[in-house]
Amino acid sequence: MSSTFDTVAGFISEICDIPREQIKPESHVTEDLNVDSLDFLDAVFNIEQKFGISIPLDDWTQQVNDGVVKGSAYFVLENFCTEVDKLRASADSATAA
Amino acid sequence: MMSGPHPESPATDMRIDTFQFVSLIEMLDIEATTISARARIPDDHSIFAGHFPGHAIMPGVLLTELMAQTCGFLLLSLNGFARMPFLAALKEVKLREFVRPGCELVCLAERVHDGSGYAVLNATVRLKENQKRICDGTLMFRIVPFPNDELREHMGVRAQEVGLSIAGDGVRLLEEAAT
Repeated sequence: MSSTFDTVAGFISEICDIPREQIKPESHVTEDLNVDSLDFLDAVFNIEQKFGISIPLDDWTQQVNDGVVKGSAYFVLENFCTEVDKLRASADSATAA
Repeated sequence: MMSGPHPESPATDMRIDTFQFVSLIEMLDIEATTISARARIPDDHSIFAGHFPGHAIMPGVLLTELMAQTCGFLLLSLNGFARMPFLAALKEVKLREFVRPGCELVCLAERVHDGSGYAVLNATVRLKENQKRICDGTLMFRIVPFPNDELREHMGVRAQEVGLSIAGDGVRLLEEAAT
C-alpha cells in the first residue's frame, strides 16, 4: 500500500489508540475502526499539516448526507487515501505553477 | 489591521455568572487572522470563596475559557458571524502564573490552521500592566451552522457589546466602522 496509507494509518493509530495492525486499507473509519468524529478531525488536521493540503471534509460529508455518494467512497481508508493523493498532486502542481 | 482608539481605558469586568469573559475587542486583523481581546477579573466574586480560601486566584479553566471565547470571536469575525465555532479540543494549555482578582488581561489569538468545518488557533493571555504571560494554548474548534436563530441573534448582540460591527462587507471594530 502507498506511503500515504502508512502515514494516515499511523496518525489514526496514534490519535485513536488503535493497534496499527488492525488498520487495513479496506477499513471504514467509523464502521470498522469506530473512530469518533473528533478523533477523525484530529487525524485530518495532522494529515493536512503533513501533506500541505486542505481536505474538503464538509463537502464530502454533505455529499454523503445528501445521498450523492456512499460513505465508503470517502471513509474507507483506501478510498480516503486516493482522495488525499489527488489533493497532494493538485497541491504539487499548484506549487510548481 | 484595525485597533481601537482607547487602548488605555479600563475594560469592564468579565461577567462570570453569565459566562461572558471577553469585555472588549481591541484589535481585529482579518487578513492576518488575529484578534486581541481585553477582560478584567472582578475584584470580588463568589468563586474566590472556594478558589481558594485565603488565596484567591482565577481558576485555570476560566482562563482557558477566556482564550476559547477570544478565539471564538475571531472565527465568527472571519466567517461574518455566519457559522458558530464550538470548542472541540484543547491541544495544549499551560497555566504559567497565578492571576488575582482585579487584574486586567489581554488575550491574543491567531488562527494557525483553517480546515473544512474546523480550525486550530493559538492563544496567549497576558497581564495588561506588564505583559507578563499568564497562560497559552492551542485550541481546536468545530465550525457549524448556527443551531437556531436564538443563538445567532445572541451572538450578534454580544458582537456589539464587545465592540464589533457586523456589516455586509465584513466584520470590523465598531470604532472603525463609525469613522
